[in-house]
Amino acid sequence: MIPAPFDYERAESVEHALSLLAEREDAKLLAGGHSLLPLLRLRAVRPSLLVDVGRIEGLAYVRDAGAAIAIGALTRHHDLARSPLLQEHNPLVSRAAGLVGDPQVRHRGTIGGSLAHGDPASDLPAVLLALDGEVDVAGPDGVRTVAARDFFLGPFQTAVGQREMVTEVRVPKLTGDHVWSYLKFRRRAQDWATVGVAALARRSDGGVAEPAIALVNMGATPLRAVAAEAAWAAGEDPGALAAEGTEPPSDTNGSAEYRRHLAQVLVRRAVAEAAAR
Amino acid sequence: MRDVSLTVNGVRHELELEPRELLVYVLRERLGLTGTVVGCDTSSCGACTVLLDGESVKSCTVLGVQADGHEITTVEGLARDGELHPLQQSFHEHHALQCGYCTSGMLLAAASLLAENPSPSEAEIRQALEGNLCRCTGYQNIVDAIQAVAS
Repeated sequence: MIPAPFDYERAESVEHALSLLAEREDAKLLAGGHSLLPLLRLRAVRPSLLVDVGRIEGLAYVRDAGAAIAIGALTRHHDLARSPLLQEHNPLVSRAAGLVGDPQVRHRGTIGGSLAHGDPASDLPAVLLALDGEVDVAGPDGVRTVAARDFFLGPFQTAVGQREMVTEVRVPKLTGDHVWSYLKFRRRAQDWATVGVAALARRSDGGVAEPAIALVNMGATPLRAVAAEAAWAAGEDPGALAAEGTEPPSDTNGSAEYRRHLAQVLVRRAVAEAAAR
Repeated sequence: MRDVSLTVNGVRHELELEPRELLVYVLRERLGLTGTVVGCDTSSCGACTVLLDGESVKSCTVLGVQADGHEITTVEGLARDGELHPLQQSFHEHHALQCGYCTSGMLLAAASLLAENPSPSEAEIRQALEGNLCRCTGYQNIVDAIQAVAS
């Protein structure tokens, strides 16, 4: 399958990328290309211009930013998985990044691309949501910061506008008191998650405080399982409430009913794994 | 059209490419390197795996223009001076192929793994092959062959 023809420009800087984006209404950014190129080959999207941001220097990094870890938008999943800073301060991100797709995908795919693509079946969006992370988005009027809870608007729709670009992602540093897990179920090794669960909390007085449970592929966007979080904090079974308020899709990997069941099972397992840390 | 410079198996090529040309077709149709095959064409099967600057990628999901200035290794570049690469020799000895269609991708996925982790465990080998499908279900011998080179 060959993509339909498109023009191609290589951005030298964020400013250059933004000016190229402003030239055409249907221009698309290309980073690792592992979400976009499959869609181009299927001709499911037909941009007339691809702006390749993959060679912009200085956008692939993992840095200590005080209370947070700052991650450049062009940082590849492979590098997130191996980052000593993340392994020390936010192993939830490095663990989940190491489970994206397969090694070949992780060698190309970037965190900025994954978030901006807004696929509700992707791993890192739910992880960002569980962590209450934030995303810097550069546009014609400068850089704005968007909280994870305001970032995902619908299937393949995010707060990133047509003339904007993700530049940095920040996640909090976790402490030794934090417990966490990332689990996903997939029928074949490299598949998207049929359902995935990111769970995070802080140990407190024999229980947990600040519980966060985010679900992959249980609705139009990654979702926080609010009822399950409350149950977790109350020392009750969070699994029973895991699917509350969700509208999971039905497809060849599972019906909505199956996904609701799977969410219950995976939330129980994730919370148990977190507690055992 | 765009001028692109690719170093493939150590040989530099200057090409004029349409931006939509996928790397796998550049290798096969422009350079005649048909050892890299197209399997699923949907970024799933890994049959088209090559090394880009030493790391495994699916060449059906990379544009030729994205590879501009980079080094590519295909299965044709593994053997040296008429001697099979240790992985190729080991695949031969362990009968790590039946139909052979997945083999070039498996070899390069394995080469990428061993470059980063010279002594992987069996579990690490299996995980590293997540992106490569063998429809003859010959995984056991493939894993054995890689393990023999690793140890």
